[in-house]
Amino acid sequence: MPEPTTLSYLIVAALLFVIGTVGVMVRRNPLIMFMCIELMLNAVNLSFVALARELTDIDGQSIVFFVLVVAAAEVVVGLGIIVAIMRNRTSLTADDMAELKG
Amino acid sequence: MSLVASSAAAWTAPVIDYHALAPEIVLAVGLSVVLLVDLFTAERNKWLLSVLTGFTLLGATLPVLTLAIHDDSVRSLFEGRYVVDEFSLVMKGLFLLAGYVIVLLSSAYVEEGDYWRGEYWFLLLTSLLGMVMMSSSRDLVSVFVALEFLSIPAYMLAAWRKRDLRSNEAGVKYFLLGVFASAVMLYGMSLLYGVANSTLLVDIGESIDLDGDFAAVQALAVVFVVVGFAFKVSAVPFHTWAPDTYEGAPTPVTAFLSVASKAAGFIALVVVLLTAFPAGRDVWQPFVWVLSALTMTIGNVFALRQTNLVRMIAYSSVSQGGFVLMPLAVAGGAAGDAALRAVVVYLVVYAATNLGMFGVILAVSRKTRSSDIASLGGLFSYAPALGVLLTIFLASLAGIPPLGGWIGKFAAFQALLTDATPWAYVLAVIGAVNSVIAFGYYGNVMREVWMRPVPHGDNTPIVTPSSLQIALGITAVATLVLGILPGVVLHFGDIANLVGAFGG
Repeated sequence: MPEPTTLSYLIVAALLFVIGTVGVMVRRNPLIMFMCIELMLNAVNLSFVALARELTDIDGQSIVFFVLVVAAAEVVVGLGIIVAIMRNRTSLTADDMAELKG
Repeated sequence: MSLVASSAAAWTAPVIDYHALAPEIVLAVGLSVVLLVDLFTAERNKWLLSVLTGFTLLGATLPVLTLAIHDDSVRSLFEGRYVVDEFSLVMKGLFLLAGYVIVLLSSAYVEEGDYWRGEYWFLLLTSLLGMVMMSSSRDLVSVFVALEFLSIPAYMLAAWRKRDLRSNEAGVKYFLLGVFASAVMLYGMSLLYGVANSTLLVDIGESIDLDGDFAAVQALAVVFVVVGFAFKVSAVPFHTWAPDTYEGAPTPVTAFLSVASKAAGFIALVVVLLTAFPAGRDVWQPFVWVLSALTMTIGNVFALRQTNLVRMIAYSSVSQGGFVLMPLAVAGGAAGDAALRAVVVYLVVYAATNLGMFGVILAVSRKTRSSDIASLGGLFSYAPALGVLLTIFLASLAGIPPLGGWIGKFAAFQALLTDATPWAYVLAVIGAVNSVIAFGYYGNVMREVWMRPVPHGDNTPIVTPSSLQIALGITAVATLVLGILPGVVLHFGDIANLVGAFGG
């Protein structure tokens, strides 16, 4: 079993990011889409931490805190909006949201 | 652990230039006051909040003016991570004044609609604070934080009428695509950080080298960051959220999103492209070129088909974004500062005109309760002032001299022609063709206003609240003055040299 290098962490981060991106594009439930976006944000965090360790620089690690806080704020707002929709209608898929088009 | 400990030992408190931060401090104090006053006022006194919000914005404009007059040296805070230069002062002034006009536009709408008033003003101020911060941000962290600061309240504002499905839909679409764009942009930023070993945009600008070892990673990072901002400024093909969000959101919020939020996206794009990626020009110039051509053309083609006025304005605003991108496609070449100047001029003029446009839509929809283009029929016969104003704003958006929109288009084309490369000429031709196409749908609305009969023969006059009248007055005067005395706005462009752009 070889020792994991910075590159292996970066590859994992890239894979997580791709999984998240594909999920946002393929899935139609806003909640799942939002979870996939969270996955992308965490891929970014992993990438920042791995690079910060490789560069022995503290900046990359401090960015992760900003990303975490912002992601938490986004969860609050996003779930708020999704709950507001659920109160007005029973089911929830992105395809149902077609009041506006043209 | 040792990494953390050694950094902690070297830490000293940064020197803070409070004068340079004064606009942000005024806004931060003002929005806290608005939130507190909202808690302790009775329902009938809630009108106080709109007044407080207006004064906060005007109060924050004062330090911007004193900073502009005081001296013309650049104030750089936190080792260059937060810079107050002429470019940022011009944009701060634009955001604060546009914010003031939006307060005037929304006060009647919010008062009459039985909405959650206190929070509305609080969120509006928070988003504006993010925009003001964005104009000074020169670091990956501050750009990211400012971007989220201005976006997250905007998601809530879009979903404001929470019992209305269309507003919910507007909010959720804006939210999902906005957060997705942030994630894509952040991934690009993480790659940039890895390449440059710094989060400072200027440092990144120095370490990008497309002939070096990590050329592919760098190119990918540049593309990711540009895509993230392309969502924000609703550039085609990343525009799909814009028409739905604009139509479903409350109309004053639509005005806010299409003017202030969009301008903030463009500023971030300009700052990042010019200070962090000057060496990556070969990657982003063709990319921005394609975005610009697509945005102008697709926005226009869809606008032609719309029967809903707000939706038409949404597509027209997408297409106007293409004209802002146009000078950016040649930025850094022979056009030099002309490209930056064109972007600033276009944003200023577009803000004045589009806010006025939404002012007229708000005033008319108070009577017609509809946003169909057909509901404007015969507007001139029963509301001549609104009819004339609407015509002025439409003509300015179409770029007819001597109105403001013309000088914006002129500056953009001038930048392209200064660059004088074949690709710049091709883009100029595409822009010119699109300006002509745009006459199609702007002219269609004008025909309704001047020539068509009034629907149902309903000739009752429109009562416009005084706040809306003031907003219409400000925007109409701005649109006319900017067109007749272009020197005023071109002067803004002249002083708006971006510090650190192209290593300068």
